[in-house]
Amino acid sequence: MLKKPLIAATAALTLSAGASVAEDIEIVFVGKNTGNPYFDSLTQGFVDACEVIACNFEFVAPATAEATSQIPFLEAQIQRGVDVIAISPNSPDALNQVFQSASDAGIIVLTVNGDITGNEQYRDATILPTDFTKVGADQIEMVGSLIGYEGEIAILSATTEAPDQNFWIEGMNETIANDPKYANMTLVATVYGDDQPEKSTTEMEALLSNFPNLKGVIAPTTVGIAAAAQVVQSRGIADQVKVTGLGLPSEMREFIKDGTVEGFQLWSPYNEGWLASHFAVGLKNGTMTNEVGATFEVPNLGTITINEGNSINTQSALTTFNADNIDDFDF
Amino acid sequence: MSVTTDSQSQELAPSRPSWHVVLVRPETMTFLLLVFGLIGASLLSPFFLDVNYILRSFTLTAEMSIVALVLTLVVISGEIDLSAASNMALSACIFAWVQAAGAPLPIAVVVGLLAGLAMGTLNAFMSIRMQLPSIIVTIGTLIFFRGLAQVIAGDRSIRVPESFIGINTVMVAGVPLPVVIFVVVAIILGLVLGTTVIGRQIYQIGTNQEAALHAGIDAKRIKVGLFLLLGIVSAAAGIMAASRLGSVRYDLVLGGELQMVLMAMLGGTYIFGGRGTILGTFLAAWLLVIVSTGMTVANLLPAIQLTVLGILLIVAIIATNFIYARTQR
Repeated sequence: MLKKPLIAATAALTLSAGASVAEDIEIVFVGKNTGNPYFDSLTQGFVDACEVIACNFEFVAPATAEATSQIPFLEAQIQRGVDVIAISPNSPDALNQVFQSASDAGIIVLTVNGDITGNEQYRDATILPTDFTKVGADQIEMVGSLIGYEGEIAILSATTEAPDQNFWIEGMNETIANDPKYANMTLVATVYGDDQPEKSTTEMEALLSNFPNLKGVIAPTTVGIAAAAQVVQSRGIADQVKVTGLGLPSEMREFIKDGTVEGFQLWSPYNEGWLASHFAVGLKNGTMTNEVGATFEVPNLGTITINEGNSINTQSALTTFNADNIDDFDF
Repeated sequence: MSVTTDSQSQELAPSRPSWHVVLVRPETMTFLLLVFGLIGASLLSPFFLDVNYILRSFTLTAEMSIVALVLTLVVISGEIDLSAASNMALSACIFAWVQAAGAPLPIAVVVGLLAGLAMGTLNAFMSIRMQLPSIIVTIGTLIFFRGLAQVIAGDRSIRVPESFIGINTVMVAGVPLPVVIFVVVAIILGLVLGTTVIGRQIYQIGTNQEAALHAGIDAKRIKVGLFLLLGIVSAAAGIMAASRLGSVRYDLVLGGELQMVLMAMLGGTYIFGGRGTILGTFLAAWLLVIVSTGMTVANLLPAIQLTVLGILLIVAIIATNFIYARTQR
């Protein structure tokens, strides 16, 4: 069973990119930008999947994550005649025209880890790590449980325009305002570290100076939470200020081990790549259908359902990482 | 000038053969790099050598390339404008905002173009009238225009109507419209610079403004004219980009000013003025597209792409300086 795809993969390698083996499905993943550890894990999911099912995988990404920087890479994939384009889009609408060209060329377009909200007709399906509408509420519950549901909290986000960040922050604001459980918690500030370690550190320091009664900080971004934890660790104030948010286990392990951070959340980006490859190959082979309500089986992930808007989640809720389970994760 | 050049070439080659005249032009080097680029890219990926694909890829930077042609004139005249990319973004945002507010499309286009003209006027006023160094002035307006664009558009994108989308899919004899516009603008500007009195005056101002003034050339007027032209052309380019993308954001062609300056430099335009040609910038625009498209379709990662582009530029700049140093002495 394993031998055939392996031979196919070797053949494809020796013949170079030009001559693809007919039966293997060409999948390319266009990342937001290069040098982003989060996407290394996601990409690994694709790579591992294509070792066990019949697909060839390549990863490309622009140097910067601005709205239009992915366009030349998409044009190139259309020219290469790939079967499936998976992409973490840098813009909700600047890519519409080139997505349309891809669809016209018969290429399946999957958005992964982020969607083109409002322009869903330009992609075939979206693969999201979890139900993004629940992230805001989950994060408020997380910080609430750490600070005893009482006191001032702040948010340390990425850039002001990041769609997913703003969507979650909106959810956090709504949860705090509407759920009586969090009536004694006040959101005092939302600041932006632009996903740069230095700026995130400066913003965190500023939060601590401006709000001496601050009890908790939510950083729903991997760069932000690591920077915030670093500040709390070096000041030795882990008892007064609880840092949580969305982080990578590999980057947060030391802070969990020394007690700087008690718990944080995330999903598995690896599973997104794993699921996207299986889904793409299934669609191309005709063993899966891209219809709302349809279900299919993915090894290790179980039964996956296509939700409203052709949206597919790899897991139903966020995974919480703490001292008990942090060593089980290696991404 | 011609006397010194003659004695110089006699040192190199006694009879000064005509191939020598052709060879020691910076555009020749740009052209050779372009040929090498084409060969290299074709070897790199079997998907590259497809005229339609290359033309389609050119449309992605056609707007910037058009602006770079006008910028070439500004640089030859001894000035610089680094705010052109920000001008594109702000004009496009104003255009999109006006039409989103309900104005008819033609009105919105005119408002966008006028906004670009106003930005050109501001640059000209400070650089020429107030005699401030244009590099400083336009670094200021680079940030200022981009900031204003963000004030207008916020962090959202403004959609343009469906009927306005897709200038890059309009074909003229099989060539995308933006490429046609680029070629036409290049021919017009090339003729102006190469064959008219104004063209010759632009070179003279850039070579030695004092001497040009003594010769009765109204340097200020010509420079103001160039800044205004750049302003309105940038606005037109910004609106073209809006049509191609279908939406406008404040970060449209962010950092594009560097690419424009690079096109001019790569085409052999001398950063301190007085030398350069439209043909050079024209070839350089194609060179950049060929090289980056070739590497992108071969799925090379940006780290390699940036390294190759960097080497290319360094080679081009050293060669240009070498050629000028030889012909100037």
